[in-house]
Amino acid sequence: MTLLFYSAGAIALIATLSVILSSNVVHALVYLIISLLSVAVIFFALGAPFAAMLEAIVYAGAIMVLFLFVMMMLNLGQATEDEERAWMQPSLWIGPGLLSGILLLLFVSTLLTHDVTLAPVEVSVRDISLLLFGPWLLAVELASMLLLAGLIAAYHLAKK
Amino acid sequence: MLRLIKDTLISQVVTLWKVFLHAFDKTDTVEYPDVKPQMFSRWRGRIILSRDPDGEERCVACNLCAVACPVDCIALQKAEDEEGRWYPEFFRINFSRCIMCGFCEEACPTHAIQLTPDFEMAEYVRQDMVWEKEDLLISGTGKYHDYNFYRIAGKKIGGKDKGEARNEAVPVNVRSLLP
Amino acid sequence: MKFEVGSALSIAAILFTVIVVAAMLIWVERRLLGLWQERLGPNRVGPFGLLQVVADMIKIFTKEDWVPPFADRFSFLLAPPIIMVVILLSFSVIPFAPGVGVIDSDIGVLFVLAMASLGAYSVMLGGLSSNNKYALLGSLRAAAQMVSYEVFMGISLLGVVALAGTFNLREIVLSQADGWYILPQCVGFLIFVIAGVAESHRLPFDIPEAEQEIVAGYHTEYSGMKFGMFFVGEYLGVVLVSSLIVVLFFGGWLGPAFLPPIVWFVLKASVFVAFFVLLRAAIPRPRYDQLMNYGWLFLLPLSLLNLLLTGAFVLWQEGM
Repeated sequence: MTLLFYSAGAIALIATLSVILSSNVVHALVYLIISLLSVAVIFFALGAPFAAMLEAIVYAGAIMVLFLFVMMMLNLGQATEDEERAWMQPSLWIGPGLLSGILLLLFVSTLLTHDVTLAPVEVSVRDISLLLFGPWLLAVELASMLLLAGLIAAYHLAKK
Repeated sequence: MLRLIKDTLISQVVTLWKVFLHAFDKTDTVEYPDVKPQMFSRWRGRIILSRDPDGEERCVACNLCAVACPVDCIALQKAEDEEGRWYPEFFRINFSRCIMCGFCEEACPTHAIQLTPDFEMAEYVRQDMVWEKEDLLISGTGKYHDYNFYRIAGKKIGGKDKGEARNEAVPVNVRSLLP
Repeated sequence: MKFEVGSALSIAAILFTVIVVAAMLIWVERRLLGLWQERLGPNRVGPFGLLQVVADMIKIFTKEDWVPPFADRFSFLLAPPIIMVVILLSFSVIPFAPGVGVIDSDIGVLFVLAMASLGAYSVMLGGLSSNNKYALLGSLRAAAQMVSYEVFMGISLLGVVALAGTFNLREIVLSQADGWYILPQCVGFLIFVIAGVAESHRLPFDIPEAEQEIVAGYHTEYSGMKFGMFFVGEYLGVVLVSSLIVVLFFGGWLGPAFLPPIVWFVLKASVFVAFFVLLRAAIPRPRYDQLMNYGWLFLLPLSLLNLLLTGAFVLWQEGM
């Protein structure tokens, strides 16, 4: 499981880097899907298979499909690729890059100073359900209200 | 709601059941090269040129078939023998163009050109699809056994003078004053 | 967490069987269609035409494997294997019989749903990378159709999950020992069948590849083995959906003891495979907006209602 965790983490890192560096939008999206799937594998390795499957269904399976769907509608060509390539200039990414580097340093130092062990905790579907519909019932209901509102709004817009 | 269920569910189930019952019906197709299908006698297949009951060519080279042909696959040349009969000097059908529409048969005034139920006309060489008169001409009368154009038409040919055709009156002698 | 993996030998056997069965479906479907359309179907190669599959395979392997110069090579090559891999992975959680199966997992149902949702990428990337208007239209249709029908597929399954109290497919089968779920979950079954047909984009829901309108849809530009993967992937999808129907609603391998369990499973699954072919033979393709309307305005409320009633029933039963 440790090996699975680290290899999935490495794949996620490489894939995410490729998302940023790839100039072709469709390729970037494929890498993003791979990254999300490897995050799902990480969840699985950490003992949360339910979260892993939801990550695969919702993020990799549904949201990314919509991204790709929108991308099909846009007429992307060489011009977009050139624009993407132009954004790779150091003057554009050096500022955010530096700030993110500082964040990463802080994160790593916290991880090193605190005693963190990789200990998978088994979380079954039943446990999650009991939590969601026990202590977090109000939050779940609020979220579902929000989704219902979104659904009705989408229906209304589509009806017009 | 009931209507929707009827339209979407019940009718589909009925369709499925009806199609399923076809599994117990006899097949309409045959295993072709082993079993020859029974063709209808009016099937529009390979074109032939027929002869009249006397054994002469029926075709009088009127060119109506060539005119009627929508794909221009018929070519012929008129000739006349010493008796005054018209006949095609050559008669050529390019079967690689022919669409078996049967217009030539409909246009033909002498029942000479006819379509037969034979459909096995595939060739390996495209040039073999062009059929000359020798290939097209059969020794029989085709679908119309008794019809003989020159015995009905008033045209004068060797051995048959004016007024000798079937149902034909003797020509009026306009130079005579008798009624 | 229960997560048992079968032996390497059984995994290989299942993989081999599933692929061979999917390939044989090429012949089965054509013969059955012939039967229902009062034709003969392929019957010349080998006894009853059984070797037609071999002939088709030889043809498909020796065809020119062409990548169009205007296509996006990376995505074009990536797309066909996705559908094969995704569907074969879904088979890993299917319990064929006691002791026969690849993985005995507690998240079996969710895994199948996740793989089904990933299958959409094959179609979308294939169509998008072909750089062909028909392929693009096909994959647009496929994307909308698959994303929509995934929703009803998932919700229609949840009734069974609520009754069985587990996501584990093997335990779902075992919990049907005293009654198959087809009776209490007949609405869920109907929705699942419809959504399953739409997910595997078989006729009558083959709108993404409707040949009368958009040539061949998303696989217009594919040839040779890459087309073959889409082709076999479709048949694999048929086998998968049939097996899922059997596992979820028809008691899996359960049946009278005079036949071994695996035979019961195969028998039940073949009935549904034949049913899929019958659907193709009988029902014409709906229009695209009809499909979407039907899904969102009819199937979604119906499946939610089914889930609500099932949940109420389960709670009432527990309260007794």
